[in-house]
Amino acid sequence: MARAISTRRKATFTLVAWAIGIAIFFPILWTFLTSFKTEAEAIASPPSFLGFAWTTENYSVVMERSNYSRHFWNSVVISVGSTVIGLLIAIPAAWSMAFVPGRRTKDVLLWMLSTKMLPPVGVLIPIYLIFRDTGLLDTRTGLVIVLTLINLPIIVWMLYTYFKEIPGEILEAARMDGASLYNEIIYVLTPMAVPGIASTLLLNVILAWNEAFWTLNLTAAKAAPLTAFIASYSSPEGLFYAKLSAASTMAIAPIIVLGWFSQKQLVRGLTFGAVK
Amino acid sequence: MTSRVRALFGACAIAALSTPAIAENIVIATVNNGDMIRMQKLTDDFTAKNPDITVEWVTLEENVLRQRVTTDVATKGGQYDVMTIGTYEVPIWGKQGWLVSLNDLPAEWDADDILPAIRGGLTVDGELYAAPFYGESSMVMYRTDLMETAGMKMPEAPTWDDIKKAAEAMTDKDNEVYGICLRGKAGWGENMAFLTAMANSYGARWFDENWVPQFDSEAWKTALDDYLELMNNYGPPGASNNGFNENLALFQTGKCGMWIDATVAASFVTNPTDSQVADSVGFALAPDNGLGKRGNWLWAWSLAIPAGTEKEDAAKKFIAWATSKEYLALVAENEGWANVPPGTRTSLYENPEYAKVPFAKMTLDSINSADPTNPTVDPVPYTGVQFVAIPEFQGLATATGQQFSAALAGNISAEEALANAQDLATREMTKAGYIK
Repeated sequence: MARAISTRRKATFTLVAWAIGIAIFFPILWTFLTSFKTEAEAIASPPSFLGFAWTTENYSVVMERSNYSRHFWNSVVISVGSTVIGLLIAIPAAWSMAFVPGRRTKDVLLWMLSTKMLPPVGVLIPIYLIFRDTGLLDTRTGLVIVLTLINLPIIVWMLYTYFKEIPGEILEAARMDGASLYNEIIYVLTPMAVPGIASTLLLNVILAWNEAFWTLNLTAAKAAPLTAFIASYSSPEGLFYAKLSAASTMAIAPIIVLGWFSQKQLVRGLTFGAVK
Repeated sequence: MTSRVRALFGACAIAALSTPAIAENIVIATVNNGDMIRMQKLTDDFTAKNPDITVEWVTLEENVLRQRVTTDVATKGGQYDVMTIGTYEVPIWGKQGWLVSLNDLPAEWDADDILPAIRGGLTVDGELYAAPFYGESSMVMYRTDLMETAGMKMPEAPTWDDIKKAAEAMTDKDNEVYGICLRGKAGWGENMAFLTAMANSYGARWFDENWVPQFDSEAWKTALDDYLELMNNYGPPGASNNGFNENLALFQTGKCGMWIDATVAASFVTNPTDSQVADSVGFALAPDNGLGKRGNWLWAWSLAIPAGTEKEDAAKKFIAWATSKEYLALVAENEGWANVPPGTRTSLYENPEYAKVPFAKMTLDSINSADPTNPTVDPVPYTGVQFVAIPEFQGLATATGQQFSAALAGNISAEEALANAQDLATREMTKAGYIK
């Protein structure tokens, strides 16, 4: 009896999980399908799910009109660059907060997070003026700096949480064996925190890849990443849903592939320390 | 120095001297509308005529573009050499000294050929601050087949009563055919563009001569009541979410008997590739109430040069090319007359080839019947037909639009929406110093 209930509960949970998964994934699937329709089929009512004349014309138009590779490369440089620099700053910061906390460590952490509570548009003009005066407008360097600073609180918080799970005695033992601070962080702490660091890295690459406020407002022609590429296909007067879907698919495909291949690492990192 | 090294230096010097001068690169910010996409495709014609200039495009969604270029022009960021802006921005930015005057464009550009209503909207104190790329008004687009079935005929210049009767006659909800489709989505450029123009024809106005808001007037009440009655009885479900694109999709798929919206939509709904009703679309002027003002607007997507650009000459050359008579002929040659950017030049409407386009005359008549300097029945202290050309209007009209959209969705009554709009406008205008 108990086994029967357990099986039924399992089946229910599985069904619910699938339903939630499909609901979350459906917009992406619909975007993907729409990208292969004609503009007329994209607005057809009732819409057809699979029974339409598939065409790759939208992709040809998008490739012809836009410089996809430039936008793509800008996205890679900006997201990877800002994440790597962020990690280089955040690992020592999180180490000190986790293993040598001061009286105000919790306050500092909260203060760092509070910077995320300010609407970005509130500081747009000051940052725009600084960028104008320093020649950073429409440069990848400028965006790497801004996205590093924006994501730094999240990176520090995530790493701090992972580091707290590592027993301090192991680091103490390393110190007693004569390890320097550098060796302690690089050879003892980092290998133990690899899942956490990897998931932080992946999450921040995704956040930086999808960031649309600063990447749209601080770029023009040269440093515009894939967010600007998608925005260029949204039209207030004209139905270009199929082309917009093709552009969106091309923009999100790399990050979906990355997420797909690294999902085990990502889940392991995100649930690190959740169950003891 | 050996002879070999000397020869190397000499070769380098010759190479440096013989390198062609680096072309000047101009950056153009624009929106993703059909006419702009065509302009991008035809850029080779410009660069062939101006080999010393290269062109880089930044295409953005309208609201993103507006935010982006406003930030750049206000801070003199210098990211763009040519900007696509509308008739709302031009008078405000021109007065601020943020735009370069285009009065000195070459004589062959022929400024006198620009339609007077459009030119007036882009001129401040005698200075032309933007060149119109395409102009639009609004008009009635209706299904001739449904009108015929209903035994009705749409007048060329209908009244709001005519519209109500036609909407009722064409509505067939069982078959998902709705008599009328109008903008309901909240936004200063969405439902408020339509409602402001509609209210003008009812004798309503945003402000009196002392900038006191007028949403508590009888004229606004009648206009809003009629709008809600039309949409609730004969409009499609969920109309409070519908903007231009949603209504275009409904009309093209045969679900609207009538649609009152931008004249630029005429080329979409008559295009057989995208529209299922392409061969049965008729056009009429926007309705009136016999008060001397029609419910149509006036807008022009225009090209302007931000003050402070270092490439003013190249930018002027580009604007002179993109808004010239020759450009219109180039589009006609490549894409056909129906795809020529409409609503900017008198000569286009005198062209017998263009006169064959089914919506050409009605577009011109609609544009000519709008007067941005005298938009309302009673006098007002502002210019602009479907907008008020003051910086506060964007935020205020979007907030007001949310009230009217909520009334359409049935969340609040028309009276509540108007009272809230009056409070919002009074508060904003007092804060901004218009009301002492």
